[in-house]
Amino acid sequence: MSASEFSRRTLLKTTAWGVAGATLNLGAAGRALAAGDLTMGIVYVGARDDFGWNQAHAVAAEALKLVPGVKVVEEENVPETDACAKTMESMINLDGAGLILATSFGYYTPFVVDIAKKYPDVQFRHAAPLWNKDKDPKNAGSYFGYLNQAHYVNGVAAGACTTSNKIGFVAAKPIASVLSNINSVLLGARKTNPKAIVQVIFTGDWSLPVREAEAANALVDSGCDVITCHVDSPKVVIETAEKRGVKTCGHNASQAPLAPKGFITGAEYKWATIYKGYAADIAASNPLPNFLIGGYESDFVQNTPFGAGANEAAKAAATAAIADMKAKAPIYVGPLKDNKTGKIVIDKTYGNLDPYLDKMDYLLEGVVGSIT
Amino acid sequence: MSSGVPAANELPAGTLGATTPPSAPAASYGFWTRLRVNSEYIVIPAFALLMAALLFALFLLAIGKSPVDFVDYVWRGGFGTAFSFQNTLQRSSPLILTALAVAIPARIGLIMIGGEGALVLGGFAAAAIAVPMVGVVPPIVTMPVMVAAAVIVGGCWVGIAGYLKYARGVNETISSLLLTYIGIAIMNFFVEGALRDATNPNKPSTKPIGEAYMVGHIPGTQVHWGFLVGVLLSVALYVLMTRTTFGFAARVTGGNYRAALAQGLPVGRLIVACAMIAGGCAGLAGYFEVAAIQGRANASLAAGYGFTGILVSFLARHNPVVIVPVAILFGGLVASGGLIQRRMGLPDATVLVLQGLIFIVLLVSETLYGRFAIFRPADVKDRT
Repeated sequence: MSASEFSRRTLLKTTAWGVAGATLNLGAAGRALAAGDLTMGIVYVGARDDFGWNQAHAVAAEALKLVPGVKVVEEENVPETDACAKTMESMINLDGAGLILATSFGYYTPFVVDIAKKYPDVQFRHAAPLWNKDKDPKNAGSYFGYLNQAHYVNGVAAGACTTSNKIGFVAAKPIASVLSNINSVLLGARKTNPKAIVQVIFTGDWSLPVREAEAANALVDSGCDVITCHVDSPKVVIETAEKRGVKTCGHNASQAPLAPKGFITGAEYKWATIYKGYAADIAASNPLPNFLIGGYESDFVQNTPFGAGANEAAKAAATAAIADMKAKAPIYVGPLKDNKTGKIVIDKTYGNLDPYLDKMDYLLEGVVGSIT
Repeated sequence: MSSGVPAANELPAGTLGATTPPSAPAASYGFWTRLRVNSEYIVIPAFALLMAALLFALFLLAIGKSPVDFVDYVWRGGFGTAFSFQNTLQRSSPLILTALAVAIPARIGLIMIGGEGALVLGGFAAAAIAVPMVGVVPPIVTMPVMVAAAVIVGGCWVGIAGYLKYARGVNETISSLLLTYIGIAIMNFFVEGALRDATNPNKPSTKPIGEAYMVGHIPGTQVHWGFLVGVLLSVALYVLMTRTTFGFAARVTGGNYRAALAQGLPVGRLIVACAMIAGGCAGLAGYFEVAAIQGRANASLAAGYGFTGILVSFLARHNPVVIVPVAILFGGLVASGGLIQRRMGLPDATVLVLQGLIFIVLLVSETLYGRFAIFRPADVKDRT
């Protein structure tokens, strides 16, 4: 019997039951969580092997699967519509998930918030610093890695590798976290190369492979000899730059295999630190932290091991920069001006996790490119 | 694809208002004869679905997975529990409306695939008009205004493609598709610019419309009102297209454009009207995405419902009432897709493979109609 035949026939028999069940609100009947065992549901917006954002999470999920007593269920290509709400509910109702990790920015409002209110016994954590302790449910929360610290290290290494003093940056949308990564690359590069500039092209969306390739080519054509990026999947940018014979710095996950000749290092999330922490907290019956952010100092971000593109000076400077980041040395040392009006936008020195920096809506002097 | 227009010799001259149903033989035939004739429209698609399922089972066996497990998970994830079935209905809601956006123009012989653009712009219009009214005008007034904005903007958007077709002979399939991309770009332009909510720095969206201005669920369920509206609209449009002068004139135009012109039918107005009805349906889907789900307009409106609607409409042979069960079948496949990923370790694309197989096999099965004597009793005249 075919799937659809089966559905159709049995559908008729059970429609009445389905509606009756609904009115009795049997929604959560499938949830039976044995004590000590934890099922974690992870929701991805794209493919798990995208060489980018989703892969970074999926690599961490693999590490979680080795933790005793933890079962991981994963679903990929879940759009930021009510599909993600339904996926989370399905994980709770059909798989008995006790902790949901929603990994895409747009999942939070309204979906994570609404579903967390509906299932107060289930914990929800979302990968962006959005949880508001006054407004949002207590069983929800946020975790996030400050990847700009690893981009700063990228910049330090890139500054030591560039001979044209021009670093190219392919960016998706001009939002705060992207701008912070661009500015951090600039400030890092200036450490090893005071003459370095960063040239940026915005593609306008998170995943536009054709435009990303065009942007990478345009940056190489204009003289950039190191290319880095902030797009969902850096695969196209890195491969294009490698083909053009220039060096590259990665983003989100390891792209080292894509650029055997020109890869210097890359900014990577280390979600496994956070995910294993959650698993340990649950095993020990500790409450999960609601708000967890950090960078190198918390081991939430890392840099990809150096590739063939990194010279000795770059390796030494980048290794020192990593030590600086772990010691919480500030990246944004004021005063700093923006690149449009020359106005001072960073008046003093800010700590790397200072919320002031989350509102960044400018490119610093030394970046060539425009937000608008 | 046949639009089911009765042959001219069945129509007494000058009775355009006489409404002979398209696919059912005249009422003079007995019940059993009619059942036998009409069962062709059930048996052939059912056979096609069975074939598609068999092909898909081979595909699963080839990659070393169990087809039995697959069926089990489709059942459990899409239909087998109260939660699953409501999940399915909720996911089918936008598909019903976007499929109607394809089916209505198809009846007048146009292949319009611009539902996605009308959905996005309709949803955006609803949010844009609501934002200044929130907190000032009560929901009872604002909500109908939002619906009207979504339907009118969606209708006008696809209406453009209809007008271009009639007035300038522009291919409506291409123009409606290209208008989709323009529509998405227009929404992005405003959402990332003038209408952006400044308090949300990372995901460009309009300001939220707020809980009080949103549409809730059908009481006792987890399914929003868009589902019921879609079902009612399907029935209403079925009546419009098969039981009214307008629908008859539209089908005549679809069957033979020149004959319709020669009859003096207002072909231009009919084409634009059908395109606008289509756009209105898709715009309404956009309204529900904003008012029942997202609570604001942003890039998530372009989630591909408009494109899935094309498949649904073709599988339903552009029949508005058949769209409802087909959309539910699709909703169920998508709803269970997640469980299949999670339990069987299969990639998301697996369900797309099944959808593709169903689509191809059903299109091929179109060639089977009229070939089996069992569906044509001797006492029924040749209807083709």
